Amino acid sequence: MAAVSMTVNGHSVTADIDPRTLLVQFIRDNQRLTGTHVGCDTSQCGACVVHVDGKAVKSCTMLALQCDGANVTTIEGLATGGVLHPMQEAFREHHGLQCGFCTPGMIMSAVDIVNRKGNNLDEHTIREELEGNICRCTGYHNIVKAVEAGAKAMAGSGMKHAAE
Amino acid sequence: MSATGIGASVRRKEDHRFITGAGRYTDDINRPNQAYAYFLRSPHAHATIKTIDTSKASRMPGVLAILTGDDLAADKVGGLICGWMIHSKDGSPMKAGAHPALAQGKVRYVGDHVAVIVADTLAQARDAAEAVAVDYGVLPAVVDTATASKSKTVIHDAAPDNTVFNWHLGNKAETEAAFKAAKHVVKLDIVNNRLAPNPMEPRAAVGFYDKGEDHYTLYTTSQNPHVARLVLSAFIGIAPENKLRVIAPDVGGGFGSKIFIYAEETVCVWASKKVGRPVKWNSDRTEAFLSDAHGRDHVTHAELAIDANGKMLGLRAHTIANLGAYLSTFASSVPTYLYAPLLSGQYNIPAVYAEVDAVYTTTAPVDAYRGAGRPEATFVVERLVEVAARQIGMDPAKFRQMNFVTKFPHQTPVIMMYDAGNYNASMKKALEIADYKGFGKRRRESERRGKLRGIGFSAYIEACGIAPSAAVGSLGAGVGLWESAEVRVNPIGTVEILTGSHSHGQGHETTFAQLVCERLGVSMDAVTIVHGDTDKVQMGMGTYGSRSGAVGMSAISKALDKVIAKGKKVAAYVLEASEKDIDFKDGKFSVKGTDKTLDFGACALQAYIAHKFNGQDLEPGLKEGAFYDPTNFTFPAGVHIAEVEVDPDTGVTEILNWTAVDDFGVVINPMIVEGQVHGGIAQGVGQALLEGVVYDKEGQLVTASYMDYCMPRADNLPSFKVGMTVTACPSNPLGIKGCGEAGAIAAPPAVINAITDAVGHEDVAMPATPKVVWRAAQKALKKMAAE
Amino acid sequence: MYAFTYHRPETVRQAAGLLSRKDDAKLLAGGQTLLPTMKQRLASPGNVVDLGKVAEMKGIERKGRAVVIGAMTTHAEVAGSPVVQEAIPGLAALAGNIGDPHVRNRGTIGGSVANNDPAADYPAACLAMGATIITNKRKIAADDFFQGMFDTALEEGEIITKISFPMPGKAAYMKFPNPASRYALVGVCVAKRGSEVRVAVTGAGASGVFRWAEAEAALAKRFSSKSLEGVKAKAAGLNADIHADAEYRAHLIGVMARRAVDAAVGK
Repeated sequence: MAAVSMTVNGHSVTADIDPRTLLVQFIRDNQRLTGTHVGCDTSQCGACVVHVDGKAVKSCTMLALQCDGANVTTIEGLATGGVLHPMQEAFREHHGLQCGFCTPGMIMSAVDIVNRKGNNLDEHTIREELEGNICRCTGYHNIVKAVEAGAKAMAGSGMKHAAE
Repeated sequence: MSATGIGASVRRKEDHRFITGAGRYTDDINRPNQAYAYFLRSPHAHATIKTIDTSKASRMPGVLAILTGDDLAADKVGGLICGWMIHSKDGSPMKAGAHPALAQGKVRYVGDHVAVIVADTLAQARDAAEAVAVDYGVLPAVVDTATASKSKTVIHDAAPDNTVFNWHLGNKAETEAAFKAAKHVVKLDIVNNRLAPNPMEPRAAVGFYDKGEDHYTLYTTSQNPHVARLVLSAFIGIAPENKLRVIAPDVGGGFGSKIFIYAEETVCVWASKKVGRPVKWNSDRTEAFLSDAHGRDHVTHAELAIDANGKMLGLRAHTIANLGAYLSTFASSVPTYLYAPLLSGQYNIPAVYAEVDAVYTTTAPVDAYRGAGRPEATFVVERLVEVAARQIGMDPAKFRQMNFVTKFPHQTPVIMMYDAGNYNASMKKALEIADYKGFGKRRRESERRGKLRGIGFSAYIEACGIAPSAAVGSLGAGVGLWESAEVRVNPIGTVEILTGSHSHGQGHETTFAQLVCERLGVSMDAVTIVHGDTDKVQMGMGTYGSRSGAVGMSAISKALDKVIAKGKKVAAYVLEASEKDIDFKDGKFSVKGTDKTLDFGACALQAYIAHKFNGQDLEPGLKEGAFYDPTNFTFPAGVHIAEVEVDPDTGVTEILNWTAVDDFGVVINPMIVEGQVHGGIAQGVGQALLEGVVYDKEGQLVTASYMDYCMPRADNLPSFKVGMTVTACPSNPLGIKGCGEAGAIAAPPAVINAITDAVGHEDVAMPATPKVVWRAAQKALKKMAAE
Repeated sequence: MYAFTYHRPETVRQAAGLLSRKDDAKLLAGGQTLLPTMKQRLASPGNVVDLGKVAEMKGIERKGRAVVIGAMTTHAEVAGSPVVQEAIPGLAALAGNIGDPHVRNRGTIGGSVANNDPAADYPAACLAMGATIITNKRKIAADDFFQGMFDTALEEGEIITKISFPMPGKAAYMKFPNPASRYALVGVCVAKRGSEVRVAVTGAGASGVFRWAEAEAALAKRFSSKSLEGVKAKAAGLNADIHADAEYRAHLIGVMARRAVDAAVGK
């Protein structure tokens, strides 16, 4: 067992864990934050995307121990004070989800895209930047619309880096 | 139209929990003291099991039990079933081999279930699985669909030539006569590629047994928890229905693959009693590729007969359908009654005849996947039609239009009675949206850039709203395909709708509530949809075959009628008027010709306090149930047009434009319906361009992860142009036809028709990956150079 | 994943010590290949040495006519580095196309080069640009470093600390991604430095990244995609799988090489 400390959604957490615990397992099983999902074994689907120190990562491809001292934000930490993040609102408004399973990873990736690429995103950029997130339900049409709208809304709300 | 009623794009009620990470999927459910199951799977496609030695593994840390097929047999747990009986041409019943949940003496595909290891942690279970010693007697694999029946290797003793059935439909003699009279005969050989459904949520199960109550509970990723309970109770024999609760909570997509009752949930719930602890299993993606039922996998020779004027005279097809190693829950219905009855397409074809040989192979079971049989039929019809138009030199749109069915009802030669449609309307609208007239100019522009541009049509029809019970019963179904609903009005006028449909992405919590708002005049917030729990909803048949609107909502509609009728009786007492003078509109009961009204909520309260009427004359309360059995299938239809550009240097196909014009009858929520169309198209494009399950000669699954199985990603697809036409469905009270499968049915032939148009010949197989299209383009370039 | 003991050194020296002292020890850089491999139980190191806190292995600097990149620098950092963008734009572009955004935020240049996956992108850049792989023990020329599929010149206990890329006059990388995995089905990097032209091909070769001599000779005469017309890569020795047979891969090498040259000359 090994000790790990990190900040998850603003809360300091410390635990004694098996070194082979993946970050996603730590989040889901240890922290009981089940909004982060696992959809594949090969780091491709993106259902597990969270932010570590402000950057989007696949939490299935990181050891929890690698996050010692890090600041982790999951989908549960995106809304602040009960107010939805503009990207969450945009996914609902534009029907950017169906079964909801890929959605947390999709939204976390989308916020990261805005953090990196700004608030005015064209369709081509959004589609390319979503390479690491697979959705089987929506055909991406409405996800693309949601990301575009959410990016604009983030500028308006002054929440560009709200995920961090 | 009200803001929340029928026809409004109401934002989804269910979304809040999904966008905040508060959804509750099966893997999110943890029971105190739960143990974990890991399935030891066959590494061989085909082998006898000589011995299974668990002695070392059993002693490993954390191991609670290692169970095998022998343990299942000792407990008299029955095998998995196939619920649709198909008879061969000669009248003999299909030849089904046994399908034990854990192998008994033999394994028949890579991933077949050899044993389950239950341990304190998943890692311990997996560690122990590696210590189980299995002595296999390896047998030859049988992989190829086309030649499986000729193999000397027998997979099931019950099916000596690996053939499950030789089935047919239609009139052979009339069809042969039509071909004799034909001026043109178009022939095609088609492989409909095998697909892995890949809902993003892998399958999962948590089973637990309550000793005090002698009662089981199973959480499972199911599209139809009641069917699961029925099968687990009545056929597999886990426990009687009153001792087994099945819950399908939030389910992350299904696409058919979560209809079926699989080995894993069966074993988890059974094992929970054996180990005395809750047992959890969660599939990883590789397990999903290995053991979720696959879809499609047909090899077909098809022909279309046309007269000198371009009129279709007859269609015939011979199909070999690969059903895999065992018959999955509805496997036999897919290449038969969900397939051949659609071979008339949208066309007036006087004679149709289809023969289907279903074969066993040493591959994962094949069953319904989005569209189920109908995409295969549509691919046959729409490829034949496109090629025919090219061969006789007619415009493909015009050729279709001159053969469209225009009078309804229309009886096809293959069972179906099309009840309503306007195929020309969809075609006209699609041509306009796609700017078909401007295509030539766009093609020349592509040529200037060294690219090959093509356009392809697909005028599909599907039979949905599955299905009239008596009709499917006569065709071999083991169950009826009605749906149930219960409307519980609470004393202050809030409403709970209990439905046997199951939502796993379709948005029923919103769409069904819209119907209630429309009919009862209550707010969206006042309505809750309850589904997915056999303890809450008495019985239901679940969600597949685009049936939840046409059948599920019709049941709700029927129950709402009863609620309104009862409400009128209550209102009559309260308003001191005759029941026949009571009207109900916009949430208010009123007395004709007066200004006396009673709000729906107030009426509900009166129904429960029962002060204003005699409880003997009128029962207190406001709760009604209904079972709705459809009178016919429904027939959504439409036209999709794909426009593609091929890079002849690399073989990369880019979809530039996609036009979809669908007639789904009455649409409750256009936003949700369009979303279904988008997702369906993506899966259809996936089949046409990207996806294909590949087994090697030894029966090893080559495409066992996303490293090799190509899922459509955002950059593979364009935004879609979606239009609609509406002819109301006359066969159900709401006029709904269904929309869930349309895109997946329509898309594959549109893509292949477009690529073959671009390269100028028909030799393009699915999936049309860059490798395939590059070869096709080289052939085209050589041809062009020679000309 | 099998059980292992986790170590987190803070210097290269400590890391090297752990690597040589501990049985069956494996370095964990970005983990984007190692962790999936371990999850599938295809690798089972008894000791994992996480380089994440070794500060001296991070960073990008311009040293004269070379760009030196710390081994633990992520793909995203290389792609976004103004230094790399200015000095070797083709390298920044290559890094910006590795995997997906999440992989680029974790995966490192050192991890990629040390792993020498036959479908990885960086080995092609190292080989074409004539990079020098700097370890805790020595400097290795790229030509000597890549020795076959997943095989490199690295010895026991040796750790890549930096990679130095001499600035090419012109360079670009073109990738034809595997449709499923998005790794390179064929990736071609061309680099021109002075009169020397080097062409490195990844994804295609059965023994990993290799140089394409015929193309180099043709381009040395005239650095234009036209020079490559008629120059055909041989299919023999190339990979064949469900996504591409050897003949198609050979064809794609030509196409990607021409497109890389066009990109390098700014076409």
